Amino acid sequence: MSEIRVNDFVLKIGTVNGTGSASANGMILKALFRMGIPVTGKNLFPSNIQGLPTWYGIRANHQGYMARSKKVDIMVALNAQTYQEDLENVCPGGFLIYDSTWPRERQLNRDDITVLGVPLAKLCNENFSDARVRILMKNIAYVGVLAALLNIDTRLLRTLIEETFASKPKLVESNLKAINLGFDYAMENFTCPLPIRVEAMGDNSKHIMIDGNSAAALGCLYAGATVGAWYPITPSTSMMDAFKAYCKIFRIDEETGQKNYCIVQAEDELAAAGMVLGANWVGARAFTPTSGPGISLMSEFIGFGYYTEIPSVFFNVQRVGPSTGMPTRTQQCDIMLCAYASHGDTQHPMLLPANPFECFEMAVSAFDLAERLQTPVFVLSDLDIGMNDWMIPELEWDDSYRPDRGKVLSSDEVEELEKFYRYLDVDGDGIAARTLPGENAKGAYFVRGSGHNKHGMYTESSTEYKDLVDRLLVKWDTARTLVPKPLLKPARKETSLGIIAYGSSDGAVLEALDILRDKGIHADYMRPRAFPFDTEVTAFVESHETVFVVEQNRDAQLRSLLILETNTDARKLIPVLHYSGMPIPSQCVVEGLCEHLCVEDVA
Amino acid sequence: MSFIRKPKIDLPGQIRNEIGLLKRDYEGVLSTLCAGCGHDSITASIVQAFWELSIPPEKAIKLSGIGCSSKTPAYFLSGAHGFNSVHGRMPSVATGAQAGNRDLICIGVSGDGDSLSIGFGQFGHAVRRNLNMLYIIENNGVYGLTKGQFSAAADKGSKSKRGDINQWKNIDAVSTAISMGSSFVARSFSGDKEQLVTLIKAGIMHPGCAILDVVSPCVTFNNHPGSTKSYTYTRDHYHPASQTDFVSPAREITISYAEGESKVVELHDGSKLLLKKAGSGYDATDRSRVMRYLEQQRARGEVVTGLLYINAELPEMHRIYRTSETPMKDLEFEKLNPGSEALAKLQARMR
Repeated sequence: MSEIRVNDFVLKIGTVNGTGSASANGMILKALFRMGIPVTGKNLFPSNIQGLPTWYGIRANHQGYMARSKKVDIMVALNAQTYQEDLENVCPGGFLIYDSTWPRERQLNRDDITVLGVPLAKLCNENFSDARVRILMKNIAYVGVLAALLNIDTRLLRTLIEETFASKPKLVESNLKAINLGFDYAMENFTCPLPIRVEAMGDNSKHIMIDGNSAAALGCLYAGATVGAWYPITPSTSMMDAFKAYCKIFRIDEETGQKNYCIVQAEDELAAAGMVLGANWVGARAFTPTSGPGISLMSEFIGFGYYTEIPSVFFNVQRVGPSTGMPTRTQQCDIMLCAYASHGDTQHPMLLPANPFECFEMAVSAFDLAERLQTPVFVLSDLDIGMNDWMIPELEWDDSYRPDRGKVLSSDEVEELEKFYRYLDVDGDGIAARTLPGENAKGAYFVRGSGHNKHGMYTESSTEYKDLVDRLLVKWDTARTLVPKPLLKPARKETSLGIIAYGSSDGAVLEALDILRDKGIHADYMRPRAFPFDTEVTAFVESHETVFVVEQNRDAQLRSLLILETNTDARKLIPVLHYSGMPIPSQCVVEGLCEHLCVEDVA
Repeated sequence: MSFIRKPKIDLPGQIRNEIGLLKRDYEGVLSTLCAGCGHDSITASIVQAFWELSIPPEKAIKLSGIGCSSKTPAYFLSGAHGFNSVHGRMPSVATGAQAGNRDLICIGVSGDGDSLSIGFGQFGHAVRRNLNMLYIIENNGVYGLTKGQFSAAADKGSKSKRGDINQWKNIDAVSTAISMGSSFVARSFSGDKEQLVTLIKAGIMHPGCAILDVVSPCVTFNNHPGSTKSYTYTRDHYHPASQTDFVSPAREITISYAEGESKVVELHDGSKLLLKKAGSGYDATDRSRVMRYLEQQRARGEVVTGLLYINAELPEMHRIYRTSETPMKDLEFEKLNPGSEALAKLQARMR
């Protein structure tokens, strides 16, 4: 009998794309969540609609570690195509559950793990008549099996089913039946629960389960964004889907039935960017969600927005590049692209959320910053944050919040001026006041991507050109003071080692810090949450002898950006890279540091 | 030279329109195009049309792409906000602007390179969405700013200034727009101000995407013998298919046409378009006959002008979307933000 391990395991479910396992997996996730156990769910899916292998990984961890773990303790293998791979991935002492309607005792054989066969198809075929229902119920039946094996509270499952199918009582019955089929079979045939198991702990009532794209969409809704222009692209599509869904709930006028939002599905990303600029130019808050290839296409307009100073918000839910790359895998590979997107001297503020909680907050900040700074602002999330299920603290909203529209002159204010000049910086922050079309002829100006002077007129004069682009640098310094501050997690002991990471690499670093500390390695950790980098980031780099830069791309892009922007000695920045397309696990960080420090990794 | 501010000269006898503005109030800075450029005549017609319609300049927005034509919004309506966007992408900016503030009167100026080559896709989608705007294509068949390359609108067999013969079939903005389901398609000639002003007015008032293709000769690069976009060629092959009168809502139709010779199209604001049929019995509301007629005339090398197709009933973008009548930019934040209680309630479902 192995040692009993409570609330600390990785469960992975391997199925076939399109067989409806998502609701079953969601049910397990939510049941664990409601038992008060910190939990995350990560989808590993193919760029395909039906037929290819897909996996769902659930990590339950009483310490609250959120990063992906490479170790699989319990594998539910329901796709014969991937049996071999699934078998190999189970760590020693682990368990593999498979559909033994078709026994595979010889193939599924490993001395160091336990293989549990459950005749799921047979059970469902005997108990349900419709072919599609049989397939769907097979998924629900394994939830029942896991409930018995892991000690999941079956009352919770019942409640979840009742909630899910509140409007379809017939389905409640069949789902409960399927749960019981799996549960009873496991209770009768195996020693339940397994040594790896769950127990109710803590209280998750102040937390929610949400994906980053939904949270970002909610942020747009709360920020008062009214125009969304987009072109479908994985993994950002679900953000506009969510925005639309929220708008349908909150933005339809009760009296007239008219929409207080306007979502335009553009003909391509170029058009989406043009629409965002057009809408913001006339004074509506507008955004676009996209991914790397979309940013490549939008780049001309992004440079235009920078030079003509039009507020705009671009969400880049990063995926694996280059080119089409692997659209359903995650990376942090566009930070360099977004920082300087477009030809000519351009630079753009970026917000770097690490989880859905920050996606919500930063979506709101992005609109405020874009309008305050009158420039395109990026929110750089990724597939891991955007499409996976995260447990985060409950979102809060301050009802006294009002949007920062920046320097927008009203018709009356324009009237008081002797003359209005669009690009005249009167107070030294590098930002000139703008006016909105439709209001006052005296405030009219001409937006042009060609050379223009501070009066907003066309120019080919070197002096006037330089005058304007130099002011944009002043604005850049203002941006530095307005963007979200970096977060510092000091080590418990004084140390010359530092770690810098951003976005979805955060979870792996936080877990790695604890593991390293147990090995006697102490490191201070700084997480920049925006670009331009705060002066604290520069100070952090300067005050540490060695700084490990952890990120998810091949070329160490964040490191390059730090070298460029902090003017530091490149040799002290040590890259720790993970770019397989899977979310970075803590082992990668631990190994990266240990290797450099010549410490044997005994993890 | 940066730009030349146009002197505002008070001339005796200038007429004020219904809102008390002079024509010069609808002008912009001085044109920097070549002397004799057809585009400048179009600019003058735009000024005339806006003045005649008594539209407050600030209620309009003027947008363009890149090219000679796209410089012109600086030369009219200095009281309107202008947007000289990137090459071929004017329609998307106009779409965003319309999405954000549907009350603005939107005029887009593009060229044949801007709309039929680099921006062909966006041109098509502005038509498809029936975006409420007047979309003018100032069509000269060449790239002027890069010194005379053929554009996609150049006719096959047309000769360039350097003596090259164009080998490619042209893309015709008019038949393309009609085949894509456009609600308003017209063609005119920069040399026919009377017709042009009427069509601009009709296009501004049309509740949808009004495509107006204007043959506008390039005096520097495409006005030589052998060119099919020159002043001489266009005058020789100019063929008005119908005559249009624009009648504003307040006015009675006083011009009378013999029965069967004219057709009245009423626009949503009560203004009317009076279409006088030419001898051929041309009917601008009959799409399939229009297409057949255009094809026949094209084969003869005729430049057919006038309001060539109209369907004022096709819904524009906002009507299809059912967006709020209040422009997006004017919606109060309280109406847009659901508040903390709603957020708490929403999150109850995320557990």
